[in-house]
Amino acid sequence: MCDTCGCGDTELVPVEIQERILSGNEKTARHNREHFEAAGVFAINLMGSPGSGKTAVLEATARARSWLRVGAMSGDLATDNDAERLRRAGIPAVSITTGTACHLDAELVHKALHSLGDWRGFDLLVIENVGNLVCPAVYDLGQAENVVALSVTEGEDKPLKYPVMFRKADLVLITKVDLLPYLPGMRLEVLLENIAKVMPDPRVIPVSTVTGEGMPQWLEWLEERSQARAVLTPGAHQHHHHHPA
Amino acid sequence: MHEYSIVGSLMQRVEAEARQRGASSVGRIRIALGELSGVDPELLASAYEVFRERTICAGAPMEIRAVPAVWECSSCGRPFARGETLQCPVCRSRARLASGDEIILEQIEMEVADV
Repeated sequence: MCDTCGCGDTELVPVEIQERILSGNEKTARHNREHFEAAGVFAINLMGSPGSGKTAVLEATARARSWLRVGAMSGDLATDNDAERLRRAGIPAVSITTGTACHLDAELVHKALHSLGDWRGFDLLVIENVGNLVCPAVYDLGQAENVVALSVTEGEDKPLKYPVMFRKADLVLITKVDLLPYLPGMRLEVLLENIAKVMPDPRVIPVSTVTGEGMPQWLEWLEERSQARAVLTPGAHQHHHHHPA
Repeated sequence: MHEYSIVGSLMQRVEAEARQRGASSVGRIRIALGELSGVDPELLASAYEVFRERTICAGAPMEIRAVPAVWECSSCGRPFARGETLQCPVCRSRARLASGDEIILEQIEMEVADV
């Protein structure tokens, strides 16, 4: 071969690479995370199927009049509807229109931060992902925690069908629990067992934005974690937290 | 379907590696895909076929090494059976994923000029 003739022809050589294919996204996600941590902002990546109640939970969170200052960005394929709903509820929010993309990535979140104004003043930044139980689980955005909204109408085997999403979850909100009496095929205890088969440290809060069930526990979860962030970053927030009387 | 974005990132990585090593073109590439990576091997393979025309990967078939999900106890190391609740029945600690979430570019065959 060319070893002998020296013609300069080429040959195939296997080269070991061992590089994470999404390392570019992971780098931007780290950058976002540093921003959030430096500003003492608790950022959550809120994921779930279309219609699982992500926006409704946020509207109810705004109505609950917590001391939390909440901001949001909403991933949407085509419309500004979710961000518009949040703004009407009193939450500063921008849309991230993804077109045909079925998920947010760290770069989209970074760009949206720039159009969100004074996001450093938020206690809680909610990144409402595109409604989808598959693709969003693959992309780190720089969030502190992943929250998955799963409505009771989706069926008790949903976690087993989407193990990747539930493995990545830090908290599962079981939404629309006011509908349970009308769903004889939906047993909450079976749903919890299924979650425990795919989520190594299961934390679950059943909620209803209609009856208000579970909302105090959800708010407590948010407030505790937001406060922990602010304490970790002394001086990041120039205001005092207090609970309304 | 996010497999197209994965292929986009994969092409960028392959290009960067080839450029860095002065390779004129690339041959077979091998990637590792975990069962719990969230990436579907068949969708990825078909997205790759559509995408690679007229790129550096035009002549580079893709081999996918499937990595099964392996859960084990985070304290005592006991392996978990498929479908088992992810809390160790022996020491009550939670399970951790030992392998199965990989999305890794493992190897590229490159054409480098003979010295």
